[in-house]
Amino acid sequence: MQQVILRKLTSTVVRLGFIILLTFSTSLKAQEGDPAKGKSLFNANCAACHKLDGPMTGPALRNIEQRLADEQGLDRAWITNWIHNSSAVIKSGDAYANKIFKENNNSIMTPFPTLTDQDIADILAYTAEPPPAPPTPDGPTEGGSTSGEDATSNKLILGALALLFGLLAAALILVRRTLKRFADAKGLVVPEEEKGISVWRAFVQNQFLVLVSVIILLLASAYFVYGYLMQVGVDQGYEPVQPIHYSHRIHAGDNGIDCKYCHSSARVSKHSGIPSLNVCMNCHKSISEVAPETLAEGKDYGVDYNAEIQKLYTAVGWNPAEQKYSGDVQPVKWIRVHNLPDFAYFNHSQHVSVGGIECQTCHGPVEEMEIMYQFSPLTMGWCINCHRETNVKVEDNEYYTKIHEQLSKKYGVDKLTVAQMGGLECGKCHY
Amino acid sequence: MSSNKKYWKSVEELNENSSIVETLKHKEFVSEIPTDEFLGNKSALEGSSTTRRDFLKYVGFSTAAASLAACEGPVIKSIPYVVQPESIIPGVANYYATTIADGFDFASVLVKTREGRPIKIENNDMVSSGANARVHASVLGLYDSLRVKGPMKDGKRISWSTFDAETNQKLTDLKVAGKEIVLLTQTFASPSTAKLIASFKEKYGNVRHVIYDAISESAALDAYQAKYGERALANYDFSKAATIVSVGADFLGDWQGGGFDSGYAQGRIPKNGKMSRHIQIEANMSLSGANADKRIPATPSQQKKALAKLYSYITGQGVSAELPAQLDEAVQKAASELKKAGSNGVLVTGLNDVNAQAIALEINAALGSKAFDPKTPITTRQGNDKAVAALVSDMKAGKVGAIIMFGVNPLYTLPNASDFAEGLKNSSLELSIAFSMKEDETSSAVQYIAATPHYLESWGDVELKKGHFALTQPTIRPLFDTRQFQDALLKWTGNGDNTYHDFIKETWNASVLGGSSFNQALHDGVFKAGGLSVASLLGEEMSSTNAESTENASENVSATSVSVGSAARALASTSSEGLELTLYSKVGMGDGQQANNPWLQEFPDPITRVSWDNYLTVSKADAEKLGIKNWHVADGGLNSSIVELTINGVKETLPVIIQPGQAVGSIGLSFGYGRKKGLKEEMQTGKSGYKFYKDFNATQTGAALKVVSGEHEFACVQLHNTLMGRGDIIRETTLEIFNTKDRSYWNAVPMVSLNHIETPVTSPDVDLWDEFDRSIGHHFNLSIDLNACTGCGACVIACHSENNVPVVGKEEVRRSRDMHWLRIDRYYSSEDTFEQDNEKKDNFSGLFGDNGSLGGFNEMESAAMDNPQVAFQPVMCQHCNHAPCETVCPVAATSHGRQGQNHMAYNRCVGTRYCANNCPYKVRRFNWFLYNKNDEFDYFMNDDLGRMVLNPDVVVRSRGVMEKCSMCIQKTQKTILDAKRDGREIKDGEFQTACSAACGSGAMVFGDINDKESKVAKLKEDNRMYHLLESVGTKPNVQYHVKVRNTTEA
Repeated sequence: MQQVILRKLTSTVVRLGFIILLTFSTSLKAQEGDPAKGKSLFNANCAACHKLDGPMTGPALRNIEQRLADEQGLDRAWITNWIHNSSAVIKSGDAYANKIFKENNNSIMTPFPTLTDQDIADILAYTAEPPPAPPTPDGPTEGGSTSGEDATSNKLILGALALLFGLLAAALILVRRTLKRFADAKGLVVPEEEKGISVWRAFVQNQFLVLVSVIILLLASAYFVYGYLMQVGVDQGYEPVQPIHYSHRIHAGDNGIDCKYCHSSARVSKHSGIPSLNVCMNCHKSISEVAPETLAEGKDYGVDYNAEIQKLYTAVGWNPAEQKYSGDVQPVKWIRVHNLPDFAYFNHSQHVSVGGIECQTCHGPVEEMEIMYQFSPLTMGWCINCHRETNVKVEDNEYYTKIHEQLSKKYGVDKLTVAQMGGLECGKCHY
Repeated sequence: MSSNKKYWKSVEELNENSSIVETLKHKEFVSEIPTDEFLGNKSALEGSSTTRRDFLKYVGFSTAAASLAACEGPVIKSIPYVVQPESIIPGVANYYATTIADGFDFASVLVKTREGRPIKIENNDMVSSGANARVHASVLGLYDSLRVKGPMKDGKRISWSTFDAETNQKLTDLKVAGKEIVLLTQTFASPSTAKLIASFKEKYGNVRHVIYDAISESAALDAYQAKYGERALANYDFSKAATIVSVGADFLGDWQGGGFDSGYAQGRIPKNGKMSRHIQIEANMSLSGANADKRIPATPSQQKKALAKLYSYITGQGVSAELPAQLDEAVQKAASELKKAGSNGVLVTGLNDVNAQAIALEINAALGSKAFDPKTPITTRQGNDKAVAALVSDMKAGKVGAIIMFGVNPLYTLPNASDFAEGLKNSSLELSIAFSMKEDETSSAVQYIAATPHYLESWGDVELKKGHFALTQPTIRPLFDTRQFQDALLKWTGNGDNTYHDFIKETWNASVLGGSSFNQALHDGVFKAGGLSVASLLGEEMSSTNAESTENASENVSATSVSVGSAARALASTSSEGLELTLYSKVGMGDGQQANNPWLQEFPDPITRVSWDNYLTVSKADAEKLGIKNWHVADGGLNSSIVELTINGVKETLPVIIQPGQAVGSIGLSFGYGRKKGLKEEMQTGKSGYKFYKDFNATQTGAALKVVSGEHEFACVQLHNTLMGRGDIIRETTLEIFNTKDRSYWNAVPMVSLNHIETPVTSPDVDLWDEFDRSIGHHFNLSIDLNACTGCGACVIACHSENNVPVVGKEEVRRSRDMHWLRIDRYYSSEDTFEQDNEKKDNFSGLFGDNGSLGGFNEMESAAMDNPQVAFQPVMCQHCNHAPCETVCPVAATSHGRQGQNHMAYNRCVGTRYCANNCPYKVRRFNWFLYNKNDEFDYFMNDDLGRMVLNPDVVVRSRGVMEKCSMCIQKTQKTILDAKRDGREIKDGEFQTACSAACGSGAMVFGDINDKESKVAKLKEDNRMYHLLESVGTKPNVQYHVKVRNTTEA
């Protein structure tokens, strides 16, 4: 609930900002720009190298027009020239152009000759927007208090009930005591009940009952011992704390990144592979901070995503301020979640590339997992079961043509399961 | 009713005064139970405050704690690359072509790497010959924990900068002083190194380069140079020879660098009724002799005379030499066969004698032998005996200022090592450097050890044969702080900024490639030059060193002016006294460089089947004369008497093997053993043969033997077994019968009686089991051609490295607990031929008498000592379709796959060993102990470095489980998966096992018999195909092909 509220809040803030900005910008600029259009243009063309706040491959662009005008006395025409063909400007000997070229490691900016003056005006309008207000800190506390209330009310009810029972018990004891006093006063003697054999003794004397209950007891304990033993070494639900809080929910879920983008070796190798840090940096070179909403979400999990990205930078030796690799690397020691014993051979590519099995079949709803955990039991029974039930994907695979034809004739079926193909043989996984 | 009958358990009890019976009355065992191992320290035990109760408490607590802890899984970390190299995908193997050139073995190979670790050596398809067992095992040398980890000075680690500063200073001082600097190296056969050494000479002026081969081929080189003007070795292609006569040349072993077996095997497979004929005249029983159609035992001096006679018979020039009549007749026959074969004949000799080598060249020239190829002489041996001898005396005399050694270990390999040691200690020697991977005998006696990388970490180039080049490239970053010899030369010559890699590239682009791409050559590993001019690079260096050596040598090389007639006469007049010793190199140990390699130590010698040892081989006649014995003890081990061998005052005590087929009056001893430095204690086995290698001559006369006290325990994987006339195991026939008679005569399917009707054992009517339909999918078969198999053992090591087979050590091998999944059985005939064995067995009648089976079988147990026939048979799990092991497993740990493989689920095995007992082929191996991470078995699996060689696709077995050949199911599964991923059918030849891929002779062929076009399917239909112990009815998936011997005397 509170997330929704938050998003609404920010969007209202942004919208408010728009309105304020629009009013101001109309009065300031000769050529008007539409910041909404500008945003989409910025994201499409500029965002790969520029951020509004903070350096990336190129310098920060917040209020760039204003800043250039104030600090360097450069006008819109200069900016347009720069955007259309920066190297020409550098070559022309423009002092400031050469200065920033040097400051940014001599990297040449991609020329955008197709951007019209209107486009540039839109982008500049977008860059001139004030930074969004930081998320209001009262949001989460509100949510916290409501849940707190729930808990306290539960406690209250329980307390009241306990009190009631206490009172009832006390009343009963009082009544009994009063009655006894009455009886004593009247001199009544309550006749003692004749003592028979106690239930326990009767039970002990009845051999049949003893036998039956012993058997039941043994069976029950055997059941529990078996249950205990069978879960030894089964780590379903194993969710270790990782050195970097990596959220599959954000990457695979919210951002919809394909599993095999990072775990590319799953296609060709027995290992799915933990992505090397250079794969992370493909995106995180430009994403050094998460969106404020996401940051707020992180608070629910007790994690500061920006700090986690910093951990990645430390590991890979990336200096975001200078946009440089320092060369000082510290490989990340991830904790392995899925551990098959050595004597079981498993090949990812067989299942992913050949079998066309979704990663989620075995790994569960990874796109919803904040922290990776082991979804499946990874026991042999679980493997075998799947091999019994799953049909082999033989279509468009020349390897299977002949064997499929022969086997389907033999078994009289159209679709063959893995088991029928020989997938239950010991030696297929144990060697 | 009581009786006075006394029951006795052993004959001993009938002996009244037997001490054993007396002892047994009081004790259960005669000998003391060895409790000393854990109760030895009496005083410590008494002083201990731990009572028995406390002890039990501790044990109870720790057991409970351990079992509780076991329920908690360990935390396993995964550390990905920071920047993953593009070529590496975890879980996918990369292959690199490279070349081993360690001075003894030269071969182009493929290296399989996983996650950046080289784990296996495979054959490079671009070259025709396969790598031998040592080359296959060389990958383990990379992970040797005793490697020198950085440069050292006087036994202490220093840095390379210190090393550079000090050595540069000293070299410059020596140059100024005009003192001589000596480079003592192995044979490089490397064009770029030759260039580097030349520039080193240029810079330092007074430089002498001495090339030293531990096992010398100097005589052959001299003879070749005298005749053809090039200092190289004659190259032979035995596939082109119809008649091969070898006089003491073990060309299937290490003769002239080896690598001839592929060609030889091609000619051995009968095609169109024809196969080559091989006559071997030799003293020791060698691999070549074992494979020969006709083997003539002769002592070295007789061999020399025989060679002279052969020459005279063939060329008609009379040389008179006295030979025993029988031998003379055999030589005459061989000569006439050779003469008849004409250009299809070839003669080779292994006698380290210039005259003998010259005559061999002359005979081949006279025959016009097609098998001899003068265009591509072998360049991988360049050592010069005389130059080495001169160097040793110069060092002793103090004429040498500095010595820089690479790839040599003279203090171990020189017969006069003490002279060399003295020379090293000579005060005039100001600088001594050894480039070495080990603190071996030599490098621990010099000032500086320059740690060198393993060849799998190095760059290099080799000219294997004239015009045939090969490249060495690193397959892993150097594990330690090491530097290549060539890089050091670059530094010393002031080109330190240049890497050796750049230098090779430069050299190749300039003078080898002739415009071809360097990267392509690097990818292929080999490059064949078109023109002949390219060889000049190496040629110059070779001839220059030779010229120098001739100058320096006190004597002139007799070969340069040898006349053939006088050579023959010299040979003919050879005299001999005492026993004659022939020194040889073993297939496993070679020259002893890899003595710290447990795979090779445990590798059983193909002939004697002894591992972890060398020994003196003696003929039975001589053994009887001298009172030498071999005997078997109760646990199946072989023991021998110990003798003292004396030649020219050099003495050594040695164990003895009485070798069937050893020429009477000759003895044999191998090189490569008896090393003591830079080795783990377990590997310090055997005695050095180099001690007796006087004048670098492998044949020595005047040996005297004396039995001394004591006995030696051998670790033999097979005793001196004969076939006992059981033709079912190895089927043999002669070429004549093979060509003229029907299959049913020489390769009959065994018959069994069904309702008194003889029925073939392959018939389903006599089968205990139901037949399954195996026509769908793949059905794997391995075919082994006994004709092509030379017994070289490359497959044994390849299997070792592919399947993580543990090394168990000498003690365990002696107890028959060796773990080899693949063994090569060697059988002797008890008569002169196996044929006669079969006849003898068939003619047995009754128990007693002359033809009685009791006495007869007893006789047949011992091999014919004079000259038995020998047969090799690789045996691995036969993957029976009706497997006896599968039916007796109580937990179904071994079961059959549809693809024909007999699966073994290690994690299911409980170790009853019923399967091993029920296996008729005895191929199952039991893990009696935990062989990894166990200090009791301190081999490669006991250190982190050594474990890097393990194949990650094959599980390392634990204690108490059975294991056996899996027909490399990990490889067939991978081939299938690759095809599935590509969506294509599998072509013939894609399926391979480690052994079939390693087999250079083409004896092993693996494939899918359901693919009717495949090679193995056709081999299955071949007339020569039979199954091992077919009469048992196990229907194996391993085929054998009848061995055909060419006994036709032309």
